[in-house]
Order: sequence, then structure tokens, then C-alpha cells
Amino acid sequence: MAIIPILIGWPALMALLIPCLPARWRGRAVYLGAGGVMVLAFLLLGAWLQGGGGIVSLCGAVPFLDHLMLAGEFALMALIVVLSIRHRKYPVVLLSVGQTVLMAWSELTCPVESATHLRLDCLSMLMVMIAALVGGLICIYAVGYMQGYHQHHKDCQDRSGFFFSMLFFFLAAMFGLVLSENLVWMYFFWEITSVISFLLIGYTRTEEAVNNSFRALWMNLLGGFAFAVAIVVASHTLHTVQLGELVADGATIPVVLLALAGLTKSAQLPFSSWLLGAMVAPTPSSALLHSATMVKAGVYLLIRLAPAMANNMTGMTVAFIGGFTFICASMMAIAQNDGKKVLAFSTVSNLGLIVACAGIGAEETIWAAVLLMIFHSVSKSMLFQAVGSIENCLGSRDIEDMHGLLLRLPRLTYIMGIGIAGMYLAPFGMLISKWVALKAFVDADNYLLVIFLAYGSATTMLYWTKWLCKLVSLHHTKAKVVDATHGDQYLSMYIHAAATLGLCLLFPLVSSAVVTPIIEELYGIAHEVLSMSVLTTMAIMLVSVLFVPSLMFLLTRSTHRDYVPIYMGGVNEGDNTYFTNSFGEPEHLYLSNWYLRFEFGRRRLMRPGVIVSAGVLIVMLCVIIGGAV
Amino acid sequence: MMPVLSVLAYLLLAPLVGGLLDGLDRRVSARMQGRQGPPMLQPFYDIKKLFTKQMIAVNSVQMLLNLSYLVFLAVAGSMLFAGADILMCLFILSTADMFLVMAASSDSSPFSTLGAGREMIQMMAYEPLTLLMAVGFYLATGSFHVGDIIRQPHSAVLVMPGFLLGFIFITAIKLRKSPFDLSTSHHAHQEMVKGITTEMAGPTLAVMNVAEYYEMVLMLGIVALFFLNEHWWSWPIAIVACLVVYLLEILWDNAAARVKWRTLLDSCWVATLLTGGLNGLILMLVR
Repeated sequence: MAIIPILIGWPALMALLIPCLPARWRGRAVYLGAGGVMVLAFLLLGAWLQGGGGIVSLCGAVPFLDHLMLAGEFALMALIVVLSIRHRKYPVVLLSVGQTVLMAWSELTCPVESATHLRLDCLSMLMVMIAALVGGLICIYAVGYMQGYHQHHKDCQDRSGFFFSMLFFFLAAMFGLVLSENLVWMYFFWEITSVISFLLIGYTRTEEAVNNSFRALWMNLLGGFAFAVAIVVASHTLHTVQLGELVADGATIPVVLLALAGLTKSAQLPFSSWLLGAMVAPTPSSALLHSATMVKAGVYLLIRLAPAMANNMTGMTVAFIGGFTFICASMMAIAQNDGKKVLAFSTVSNLGLIVACAGIGAEETIWAAVLLMIFHSVSKSMLFQAVGSIENCLGSRDIEDMHGLLLRLPRLTYIMGIGIAGMYLAPFGMLISKWVALKAFVDADNYLLVIFLAYGSATTMLYWTKWLCKLVSLHHTKAKVVDATHGDQYLSMYIHAAATLGLCLLFPLVSSAVVTPIIEELYGIAHEVLSMSVLTTMAIMLVSVLFVPSLMFLLTRSTHRDYVPIYMGGVNEGDNTYFTNSFGEPEHLYLSNWYLRFEFGRRRLMRPGVIVSAGVLIVMLCVIIGGAV
Repeated sequence: MMPVLSVLAYLLLAPLVGGLLDGLDRRVSARMQGRQGPPMLQPFYDIKKLFTKQMIAVNSVQMLLNLSYLVFLAVAGSMLFAGADILMCLFILSTADMFLVMAASSDSSPFSTLGAGREMIQMMAYEPLTLLMAVGFYLATGSFHVGDIIRQPHSAVLVMPGFLLGFIFITAIKLRKSPFDLSTSHHAHQEMVKGITTEMAGPTLAVMNVAEYYEMVLMLGIVALFFLNEHWWSWPIAIVACLVVYLLEILWDNAAARVKWRTLLDSCWVATLLTGGLNGLILMLVR
């Protein structure tokens, strides 16, 4: 288990090293760093499996590290204060100083002895693997992407050394976060991820980027503040800061505050806007924030808390916020024509479903939540990378500009297609998890969530289907497009695509070998959520989804057909692109998607959504905390 | 053994039953409009004619997407008739529909793209009720499995009449009946020409028509699910109920004019809440 410090230390070391290297070595250093992270994660997995794969508690009292972390927290605070004052965002200063002082005061006045600081179990091992593999691939993707990015964005200063450094710091913090058992340690890593996401979002230093980065910062600091208060309350009343003990105790106030922190980090309403604003950053950082790290830290914490949220008010509140976010975000996604925005809303919406599952806190829902998390991180990372590459080729990420992309950028379109299919089609993993979630919501007697899920699935279907249709339109244009995607980017995307398909094919194995042990550790027992025969049926159906169209392709390929021009209302000029209009002149055909802006637009739905969710959250927080005091 | 037989029966007979029902539909509609109407077997003559026509196409993928639509509908129907999970069957049904939408969009033609867009809105309009209906069956019978649902001592409709009402409402969308026939029409002189099928001709259109027959039988199969129970006499009742529902749809088709998409979406979502939503809530409360 000596690998753990190396696993956390290696990306941190690379993060320090990369900005110092000359630009031409940077690519290789990133490969080395990302490869190292993956190898270390696999070594850890091997060592852990060899040791029996149970719960491993590590790292006893190390006052030196505690002090170092306290110093680190003050350093982060100083950084935030300096940047906030420079950009005149004074309320952020209060939040940051407030929580850091609170933590320091608590650690000095009421020190709590912890037997263990780190803990390795199935769930944290899974998170380590997701962060290492998906995160590592995103770093590799970024090598090619950042070159293309700065060729397109001449106005933006090239700080890619800093960018890579932040990516690796993020990975280090994420490893620390998921391996921490001691809340004080977890809080330290939690703060690092908040600050790094703030720095990444502000990468381009435009006014929009700065504003969005500060929005991300204050929302995450608010969560951090709740986290700090939870630690203070736990150490003063229960004399423990171990996450496992808090959950076993079912301590109401710390749990609800930690859940609040989880909600901010996983960008649930009313805190969704920070993640939507994070789109201004270069794509690899969006991919990292959305798939493998940042938001997954939030749901990771909520899944950890799930046993303490079963059948109580905290759980009901969290489940409501999650379900409400699921439906609101999926509706707002319909009205977006910016590819990355659609992905962002879809992330928020899927996270909502995971959060709702965690809030119910039953075995079945956690099963669904963990699976959703696995599938979502792989598919979403791949989709972000594909959209980023398309943007570098087309100079736009507007879905309208992707009309007929299948003919222009076939390879990227296939990758997009696999990602989209993985997000919502039967019988890919996301949908199966949704199915289990639906059953679990019924069993938990939560009819409101059932309604949310029924309507939210319908809206989810619309925004994905219309995007997919845009891609497969066989529309010939004269505009020439060169695929400017680098080999690094394709390497990462191909591995993701293979992983998406592989995860779906090996679904029964993933369920029994990965998810069931997690449930066992959290609840002590695990029933089979889906019987093996059902799982096998699904695998067969997946094969049919892949093979039916291919088979049909083979069958129809050889048939002779006479091609005719399409019917256009006016006379087709012969190329399916121009038609003769009523003035007798050629007119270019332009086909637009449906966006239903007046019905589902962000302007229409965001504010009511925020008001409702914030209202529910505030009232329920008062009720829960008031009831527990 | 039974599931295999019923799946085989579905695969072989569904196009025949669907064609006959379509023929009946045309006759009854004609009588309602004071016309004689075509012979009962006209749909079969049409399909035969379509298959013998020259294979013309606007692109190379339309046929394969249409065939995938057909196969997935057949798979979805087979799941229902094999007594498998109804929720999975409904999910596969939407996957199938997605292939049709893709087939229409692949043409990049104005009218079929318009039809595809409207078809997506229609899917969004009917899907909440189908999911809630599956939940309703689960609440009423304790299982998502069709095989268990039809072996209950009492028909499900006794406790879930709201869901049946809602389902009849949205079946108009699936059967492409007015007022919800937004994505395609029977007559090419209307505002979206033939909508989703504008660019389909000859064998491609025939495949689409056969698929629609599979879908029709699948939808009526779900109606029957409301009435079936462990007693043998529930089967004739279920068949009569299916016919009644089908005739109601024809009546509605002839009595109502096509609505705009907004009305479609609003009415379906509200109807879903009022019928299925309330019925499900009551079922959950008395459980």
C-alpha cells in the first residue's frame, strides 16, 4: 500500500515539473505523467486485490501532515484573497477566510485523534480507476488539443504549461479526496479541487471567463463552508471526524451539511450555473470537470453518505433536489444549440439522477447510482473530446453547423454517435441504470421521483435524438473541412469508444464484480438487483443493436438502386443543396433543428428552477437542523 | 414452449392482422365519410405493388435504417408476446422509433426533416405515459413481467382505468391518427407533403408500412394487457376491447382536425398527469 503516496505524489510532481519544461518537451512529459498515473492506479488495484480486496485502513496519526495541510489551506486562502481583491469580488474573500479560520480554530481548540486517515475500499478504488484512466486519457487528449486551440485562438495567451499543471494537480487532489477517510483531509483536497477548477475556468482571462470562474468559486466555497461547519460540529459534539463513523452514527447535522457540500460540487440546482459557465474553458478542462473528477467528487460524497440518508428528511431533500435537477436540466438542454452547452446540461441532468438515487439511499438505488457514474464518466468524457475536436476542425461547436457531419468528419461522427447512443439508447448502460432507478423509486414509495423520471426521460430522448439526426443527415456541402485532429486526441477517443462498448458488453460482469461489492461494503449485504438472466438478455440485445444495422447494411449494400434527387418544394437544382425559389433564383437549402426556445429556454426555466430548489433547500435545511438541535 | 409459439405467431401474423385492421380502418373511415371505400384487402395489394416497384432512393442508408426500424419493432413486440419485461419492451420501442427518425433525417430533405422533427416531439409527448403505465402495472400486479401480469386473478384495468384512458389518448399518436398525425399524413397535398415518409418510395416505403403493422399489433397487445387475467374468458374480452379501442381511434381520427405541436405536447403531458399520474398515485397510496 506504499503506492498510495506515490499515486498522489506523482501527478503533483508532474504538475510542478511541466511548467518548467520547454514547450517541445511538454507533450512527452504529459504522456509520461498520464501513463505513470494509469500504471500506478493499476499497481494499486493489483496490490489491493492481492490483499483480498476488502476495506484497508491506512495512515495513522501523522501530525506533520496535518500541519502541512493546515498551512496549505492558508496558502489557498491567501491565493483566493489576492485574486478576489484583484478582480474586486469581495464576498468571496469572506467565504474563504471564514471557512479557513473556522477550520483552524476547530483544529486548535478541539483536536480530534484519528486512528486512520486514509481508507481504500471498493468505492474509492473504483473512483481512483475512473480518475486515473479517464483523467489520464483527457491529459493525453489535451496535448494535441491545446496546439490546435492556440492556433484558433490567437488572442488568448498560450499558458498551456500552466494548464497541464492544473490538470495534473486536479488528478492528485482527486486521488487524495476519494482515498481520505478523515474529513479534515478530505476537506483539504476538496478545497484544492474548488480552487483548481476556478483557475481552469478562468484560463482564457476574458471577462466572461473571469466572471464564470468566480461564480464557480463562490458556489464551491459555499459548499466548502458547509463542509467546514460539518467538521466543526462533528468534532465538537461527536468527537470524531471519520466519515465512516459519522455515517454509521447517522449524525443528522454533519450529514446534511456534507450533503449540501456534495450538492454544490455536483452542480445541482440551485448551484448548476457554475458548471454551465465552466464551458468557457478549453475543452479538456470541461471534460475533466464533467466526467472524471470535480462533479464526481460531489456524487462520490453523496454515495458515501447514502446509508445515513435512507428514509429520513435529509435523504428526501437530496432526492428531491436531484430529481428536480434531472428534469429541469434535461428540459433546458433541448433549447441549446451549442454542443458543449448541451453536454453541460446533460451532465447536470444525469448527475441529478445519480443524486436522487443516492438520496433514496436504498441498495437498489446505489447500484443504479454507481453504474450511472461509471457509464456517465466514460461516455461524457468521450463526447466532450469529440465536440472539442469538431470545434477545432469546423471553428464552431454549434450543432447547426454539424449538419451532415457524417460526410465531412466521419471518424469524429462515429465517436460522437457511440457516445450519444451510450447516453440514452436501449440497451446501453445508462438506460439500464435508469430502469433500475425507476423500479427503486417505486419501491421507495417516492412517486414524485417516478414522475420526474418519466418526464425527464422523454425530454432527454429529444435532445439527444435531434443531435444524432443532425449528424447523420447526408448533406453534401461545398465547404471543405480538413480533419485537424491530432493523433493524441484520436488515441484517447478510440480508447474511450472501445471502453464504452466494452462496458456495455461486459455489463453483467461490471455489475457483479464491481458494483455488488460496493453495495456489500456500504450496506453489509447485497441482493441481486437484476438477475443474471436479465443481464444476459440485455447483453444479447446490445449485440443486436450493434449488429442489426450492420447486417442490414451488408444486406442492402449489394441491392441495385437508382438514386433520385430529393423533393424540395421548389425545383431541385440537381445537387440536393440548392432549389429554385419563387424569383427563379437558386436558393441554398438550410435545415434547422427544433429548439423550442420559448417553451424550454434557459431564460424561461432557469429562474423558476433556481427559486423552487433554493426555497426547498433552505426550508428543509432549517427544518432538519432545527429538528436535530 | 408457449412464449416461443406466441413470438412466432406474432412475427408471422402481426403483418397480416395489421393489414386487415388497416383495411378495416379504410372501410370504416370511408363509411363515416359517406364513401364506399376500398376492399378489405387493399393494404396487401398496396404492399405487394410497393415491393414490385423500381428501387429508387435518395441515399444509401435509408433502406438499412428502415429495416432496422422494422427489426427493432419486431423485437419489441416479441418481448411483449414472449411475456418479458414491459419496461424493456417500451425502451426498445423508442429505440426503434429513433431509427425511423434517423432514416427520415438522413435524406436532408426539407419535408422529411420537418416530419422527423415532429416525430421526435411526438415521442416526447407520449413517452411519459408509457413509462408511468409500466410503473402502474408494477404497482397493480407486483411485476414488470408481462407473463406475471396476465396471470393475475383480476384484470389490471379494474385498478388502473386511468392508465387505459391515457393510453388510448396517446395511441392516437402511435397509430398516426388525427388529431396527432403531425409527422406524416395520408395525403401528399398537405403542409408537410408526406412528412417523415416524403423521400421513401417503393420497397423502402413497403418496409416502413410493414413495420407500422407490427407496431399497431404491439400497441393493441398492450391494450389487451389491461384486460387479460388467469381466466380463459378474459381473452375474448381483451380482443373485443382491442377492437373497440381501435374503432374509437378511427372515430376520433375522422372527427378531429390535426393540431399544432404545442397543443399535442401540452395535451399529452397534461392528460398523462391527470390519468396515469393520478391513477398511479392512488395505486401507490393504497399499496
